[in-house]
Amino acid sequence: MFLGRVVGCLWATVKDPNLEGQRLLLVQPLDPHLKDTGKTLVSTDATGAGAGEIVYWCRGKESSFPFLPKEVPTDATIVGIVDSVTGVARGSPRPGRGRRA
Amino acid sequence: MILARVVGTVVATRKDPRLEGKKLLILKPVSPQGNDEAGYVVAVDSVGAGYRETVIAVSGSSARMAEGCKDAPVDSAIIGIVDEARLDE
Repeated sequence: MFLGRVVGCLWATVKDPNLEGQRLLLVQPLDPHLKDTGKTLVSTDATGAGAGEIVYWCRGKESSFPFLPKEVPTDATIVGIVDSVTGVARGSPRPGRGRRA
Repeated sequence: MILARVVGTVVATRKDPRLEGKKLLILKPVSPQGNDEAGYVVAVDSVGAGYRETVIAVSGSSARMAEGCKDAPVDSAIIGIVDEARLDE
């Protein structure tokens, strides 16, 4: 799972029937220092996250699991809202760049 | 999922039988502001997207959950047509 920040939202009238009722949010991936890394992506939301919030999100087929038994065709879902991040020492090496979802 | 714009179509006569009748489109990834990003993707269209429309594309095994793509050899599918992308900043 990865850290991200909600930077916007998306409207789509024509969409897959299984996406009906899902919120689509724009998420900017972050590194543990909460700096932007990688490209903005579109994500579904299982938590009710709002604009500007720091969240964690997961990639891949697993991101459809929060919505089971509905088969929501998503490859990125917000699964938690972050209260705080600790344990990343200042100046410690940056982790690998966030891979694109 | 990524935002992308439809920039072309693909015609393939010889293909996996499970892909028959599916529309294949060429997508150019774009930023929420609408600027082009690197690379291209060929995606199956499950919503009826048209040329130059901005769409949402899902990749990986989740693409098989798009309508009509069950058990099809697909790793990228268009699942929505974007009306508006709004950035809060």
